[in-house]
Amino acid sequence: MKSLLNNRHFLGLLFMLPAAALLLVFLTYPLGLGTWLGFTDAKIGRAGHWIGISNFQYLAGDSVARLSLFNTLFYTVVASVLKFALGLWLALLLNRNLPFKSFFRAVVLLPFIVPTALSAIAFWWIYDAQFSVVSWALVKMGLIHRYIDFLGDPWNARLSTIAANIWRGVPFVAICLLAGLQTISPSLYEAAALDGATPWQRFRFVTLPLLTPIIAVVMTFSVLFTFTDFQLIYVLTRGGPLNATHLMATLSFQRAIPGGSLGEGAALATSMIPFLLAAILFSYFGLQRRKWQQGGRD
Amino acid sequence: MGTATERREEAVSHEGMSYLDSIPRRVATTYLPLAVFLFVLLFPFYWMVMTSIKSNAELISREGNPFWVIAPTLEHFRHLIMDTDYPSWMWNTVVVSVVSTFTSLAASVFAAYAIERLRFRGSKQVGLAIFLAYLVPPSILFIPLAAIVFKLGLFDTRWALILTYPTFLIPFCTWLLMGYFRSIPFELEECALIDGATRWQILVKIILPLAVPGLISAGIFAFTLSWNEFIYALTFISSSEVKTVPIAVVTELVEGDVYHWGPLMAGALLGSLPVAVMYSFFVEYYVSGMTGAVKE
Repeated sequence: MKSLLNNRHFLGLLFMLPAAALLLVFLTYPLGLGTWLGFTDAKIGRAGHWIGISNFQYLAGDSVARLSLFNTLFYTVVASVLKFALGLWLALLLNRNLPFKSFFRAVVLLPFIVPTALSAIAFWWIYDAQFSVVSWALVKMGLIHRYIDFLGDPWNARLSTIAANIWRGVPFVAICLLAGLQTISPSLYEAAALDGATPWQRFRFVTLPLLTPIIAVVMTFSVLFTFTDFQLIYVLTRGGPLNATHLMATLSFQRAIPGGSLGEGAALATSMIPFLLAAILFSYFGLQRRKWQQGGRD
Repeated sequence: MGTATERREEAVSHEGMSYLDSIPRRVATTYLPLAVFLFVLLFPFYWMVMTSIKSNAELISREGNPFWVIAPTLEHFRHLIMDTDYPSWMWNTVVVSVVSTFTSLAASVFAAYAIERLRFRGSKQVGLAIFLAYLVPPSILFIPLAAIVFKLGLFDTRWALILTYPTFLIPFCTWLLMGYFRSIPFELEECALIDGATRWQILVKIILPLAVPGLISAGIFAFTLSWNEFIYALTFISSSEVKTVPIAVVTELVEGDVYHWGPLMAGALLGSLPVAVMYSFFVEYYVSGMTGAVKE
């Protein structure tokens, strides 16, 4: 017994046991089950039968599902690009020599740590058609004459939900990139400056290349979170108006849980996997480059 | 323009040497944009507070300035605590978050130590699998998980959440702790092994005390993740008295088409406070947890 406990292979497996058990039962198995459900006609309270790719065929012809794919891609691309641009800008600002730097950094992250469902309620009220404080301010400034129907019009709703998503995501991107910026040695900037590099050149040829690996990872996470976003849309619009803001995640919830068609919902969720894999592969190559840049192996 | 001194001054102004900038320039390029960022990022919180302490009459009044409150009232908070299940929602959230955080942390300590230090056969692959598990979003798991939870008879109980939250907490905590364990010198363990310590003693007496910052980081981050969790709680819970705060505020406080903005905001504010307070005490740990997981 004692020798067994000193055998690192045995002990290693023993130590892995609690984590592995939980993850196998509640992560790996459901991942497989979800894929399988996508090929069945399972309903709530009724086990499904294998129906091949009927669900996927049906969804491919379903205008709402197609709209949700468009919405998801639009939402992800626009929100991610803006989160990256604004996040990088904020990180560069916070990286300057500021008084109360750590205080600013702490405050900036607040939108990210507060439960999204709860901050989404604040946005819901800010976007209210009758009492929106944004409309009120714009009217007072004389910029608009009628209150904006933020969540009632398809394109307004899309852009409003994207704005709320950006609000929540910028702090994450900014703080992670700031951590990356702080690892860049100031002597590199000094050397570049002595060679006569302009601020833009120093950003373009010193900051950006050294930051690329962490940008790749941070943006992969950001894209992953955005692509599979659920709560913000659920709270703000529930997919409306006219399904204009339904993302694949919210639509699969609606079809599977209130709608009861587990199979169809699972098929929708499964359809997100190829996109997620693409994002993960992107991250993988980002990481490879990082090792190479640090002079590491592999 | 163009003299050597000027160019040098401009050159060193980047990053840590920005104190050489002229004041107006600093205001225009640093303070002004920063102020705009802070205003936008913090305004929703200000608005939450303002709305939660306004009386109903003041909320729908078109007179005066909506940015300020004339007669602050705690009526909405009283209503939440006395007339709704808010205290039990809060309690549920605390129980679920604390239990799932500690369970995940314990499982992750063992897993990370095994992967990083015992280096058993296949530990590299397991490490990679943990990272991949970290990337699996709840949005594609909730449907099959709902079926499993139902089959296990856990539907509409706190156990449904306590057992499913580790699916995103364990990968995250393990990944983070692996990084921390890696930074502890091997020599310490070798000395202890020579002195006859068992692996268990090494883990408890040497590794864990040295990894306390990592444990706090992982714990804080895991706690906020479980506090903020939404889709599982929405899917697996249906009775009001078992709901967590984020779900309950969205589903129980919204009745029909009449939105009671005061109680809604008060509920959102109260539900955000615990994580915000926790965060304010452990900012550094939280940030290092968040960035550590991304950087490793």
